[in-house]
Amino acid sequence: MEDYEIVIGLEVHVELLTKTKMFCSCLTEFGAPPNTHVCPVCTGMPGVLPVINKRAVELALKTAIVFNSEISRFCRFARKNYFYPDLPKNYQISQYEEPLAKGGYLEIDGKRIRFKRIHLEEDAGKLLHSETGFISFVDFNRSGIPLLEMVTEPDIGSPEEAEKFLEKLKQILEYLEISDCNMEEGSLRCDANISVRKKGTKELGVKTEVKNMNSFKSVRKALAYESKRQIEILKRGEKIVQETRLWNEKEEITESMRTKEEAHDYRYFPEPDLVPLEINDGWIEEIRKEIKEMPDERKERFKKDYGISDYDANVLISHKGIADYFEECVKLYNNPKVIANWIMSEILAQIKGKVLKKEEIPLKPEYLVDILKLIEENKITVNTGKEILKEVYNTGLSPCEIVEKKNLLQIQDIELIGKFVEEVIRENEKAINDWKKGKQEVISFLVGQVMRKTKGRANPNIVRNILIEYLKSLK
Amino acid sequence: METLKLSIWQLRELYKKKEVKPSEVVMSLIEEIYKKDKEIHSYLYINEKAIEQAKKVDEKIAKSENLRELEGIPISIKDNICTKEIPTTCASKILQNFIPPYDATVIERLKNAGAIIIGKTNMDEFAFGSSTENSAFGPTKNPFDLNRVPGGSSGGSTASVASNLCFASLGSDTGGSIRQPSAFCGVVGMKPTYGRVSRYGLVAFASSLDQIGPITKNVRDNTILLKIISGKDKKDSTSVNIEVPDYEKHLGEEIKNLKIGVPKEYFIEGIDREIKEKIFKVLKLLEKEGAIIEEITLPHTSYGIATYYIIATAEASSNLARFDGVKYGYRSKNYKNLFEMYTKTRGEGFGEEVKRRIILGTYVLSSGYYEAYYLKAQKVRTLIKKDFELAFEKVDVIITPTTPELPFKIGEKKDDPLKMYLSDIFTVNVNLSGLPAINIPIGFSLNKLPIGLQIIGNFFKEEEILKVGYVIEKNIKEEKYE
Repeated sequence: MEDYEIVIGLEVHVELLTKTKMFCSCLTEFGAPPNTHVCPVCTGMPGVLPVINKRAVELALKTAIVFNSEISRFCRFARKNYFYPDLPKNYQISQYEEPLAKGGYLEIDGKRIRFKRIHLEEDAGKLLHSETGFISFVDFNRSGIPLLEMVTEPDIGSPEEAEKFLEKLKQILEYLEISDCNMEEGSLRCDANISVRKKGTKELGVKTEVKNMNSFKSVRKALAYESKRQIEILKRGEKIVQETRLWNEKEEITESMRTKEEAHDYRYFPEPDLVPLEINDGWIEEIRKEIKEMPDERKERFKKDYGISDYDANVLISHKGIADYFEECVKLYNNPKVIANWIMSEILAQIKGKVLKKEEIPLKPEYLVDILKLIEENKITVNTGKEILKEVYNTGLSPCEIVEKKNLLQIQDIELIGKFVEEVIRENEKAINDWKKGKQEVISFLVGQVMRKTKGRANPNIVRNILIEYLKSLK
Repeated sequence: METLKLSIWQLRELYKKKEVKPSEVVMSLIEEIYKKDKEIHSYLYINEKAIEQAKKVDEKIAKSENLRELEGIPISIKDNICTKEIPTTCASKILQNFIPPYDATVIERLKNAGAIIIGKTNMDEFAFGSSTENSAFGPTKNPFDLNRVPGGSSGGSTASVASNLCFASLGSDTGGSIRQPSAFCGVVGMKPTYGRVSRYGLVAFASSLDQIGPITKNVRDNTILLKIISGKDKKDSTSVNIEVPDYEKHLGEEIKNLKIGVPKEYFIEGIDREIKEKIFKVLKLLEKEGAIIEEITLPHTSYGIATYYIIATAEASSNLARFDGVKYGYRSKNYKNLFEMYTKTRGEGFGEEVKRRIILGTYVLSSGYYEAYYLKAQKVRTLIKKDFELAFEKVDVIITPTTPELPFKIGEKKDDPLKMYLSDIFTVNVNLSGLPAINIPIGFSLNKLPIGLQIIGNFFKEEEILKVGYVIEKNIKEEKYE
């Protein structure tokens, strides 16, 4: 293994977060009933024509700017011709010889992974197969959703590096508000070209293309498998076949899909239904202004402005939604360290790695702040606060509603009441002595004292029970 | 009914004067179509709902309400222009039962002007042809000689206008498909500048060449229709935002000192002698009106047909890919898997000429051939366009014959596609360049077949060619040329 090095290039597709589709005004919203976001254009009716979604171009420009790519001042769309039932026109409007941007790079751990090209295209529909296998259905809701295709140079040296690259890419695209980058929902898709060669050789080995990976982890696993497979072939003195291979998630292997000879001839040619896209400096500058703080900048600012540790800052900025959430909370309650701790220990645990936009986190910032304030005012304990948080998260009710519903403001917290009981006992030596002498009515007096201390919020039954327990222990 | 022979503007006057009711016109028109069109076969579909629509106009007229520009005027539409709730078949088996869920932009505009869609007209399947013989539903015949073709591909439209089975029609022109059949049927047919009229809803043949245009009984009607259908459309990115002039106002303008170019490459060996003579007669007449006739040269003319058939078929092969049996239209009953569904649907659904062009187009786009054919053709296309641009630095309009020959016999060229392709020799270069051009009828041959003259204008200068066409039309009428 050590004698070989791995060469990987990635082809990433992300669905752009536009309101409407690439070439018509249908909504892009995910999860609608089949064929409800469709029109004559995105179902390929005879006679229809595409019209470019300006916002999609702008999101692509934003990406190109951030990765320092060279933006073409004049670019064209092209037709990629192939037959498949999910492709209503039987050609995909894409870009070929004249992409929107060329070059650029993304840095991971100080290493530059260069981009070959970044271009715009439209997504296809989705096939649904019946259980009998005799009939298939097509859902065109996804047909025509804008896609940004990003192709890297073969600069990636290991499956782990590929995974890191994707994570970083996802982070940046989320920050740019360009895409959800959700591989499970298909808003980010990734194919890989991979080859191996003896260390020290300049020439690239014969590559295979690996498809059908549906998480970052499976990209890493598939590439690890495929590189090992290729190295073993070379070690046996055999040759690698140039082909497209599919990752089989269940078996954790790659399997041959089609060889080079069976590859499509896409018969690309310039899309005659669209006029070439002209991009001037003014437009680019306008878009540049839209680009807000990027992850690394934000991390530094968090450390400086909020005095939080490098580790904490890193966790908070890792997803834009979380970082936005953090800042929203700080605005409402100026205690960044406490908020950071709660987000990292409680909220991230609830989200369970599923990254959401700020608005999609089920616990509103003001609710988290409400909980923290209740704790600060000693109205509830930290543990109660955590319970409330879970409850708010699951029910969507406000902390106040929950407190009221469960009568939590009437202090039920044994721990907390225990503290008050201890205080009262310390301050009423005389009464304790009386009790020791057998004066039972003292209990009522002590309960009254605790109630006074808690402004009547403590649950008298609990207070009484704790007191009795305590007094008994004195005997 | 004599009314059916009237022009749009004459019928409009009668409506205003309440001398005839739109419903009467529509009913007698439908009656006439059922009677006369058995032989001509210009229609594929007759819209009987037109009567109800016309009755609504009756009421408007009775109440002396204002009438819109085309209120109550029956117009036929080539069957490759989508009409909501009215079948649109492209004269193909593959779309035999297709009913579009939307109106083409030109149809919307006609409807907004009050026009009545009287029916859909026959054509060469998917507009592939020059004789209307390639219709899956049988050929259309030339109203002047039922043994001859009406030209194509808009042969149904031109025949319906020529035989007074409508007051005007919309056709489409990719390589001459409005002008050549207009010449064969003796009607006025305009191919506007590429981008002048929205293509949204026109079932695409070759997207970079297609243009919808009006086919009318006379030049004035042509200006009326052109104005209504022209102008930028948000749904068609290739439509251009240039103001639409009131074309009708330009009619009657003098042509004194107007420079008319006559390209020598268009009067080649093999052109029909009668056509040539008639054209020169007209040129003399224009000279008398004060125009200056100049011989010009368009050196790349002869590359037109080859260039056209590469670009047009390449685009067509991709445009027609959507007819696959998955979403609408014909699907073979007899298939075992997806691949067979595709091949059998398309094999059974498309006619011979359509398949020929799809194969040709697929070939010229294939890897390894793309540069030699498609790219080369694009370069030649630029040269052809350049020829015209240079010419228009010197002249205002260009006059040529519309066709090299008179209407030919049905079946005469059917088995020789190359011979058929040459019918478009004088028209394709106009599409390759994107220029506007019009066919003006200039009389008849000895055996009573119509002859057409083509006027080509500079980009977005439709008013110039209409103006010249009007002068020719007027002179020919007055001199009683026949």
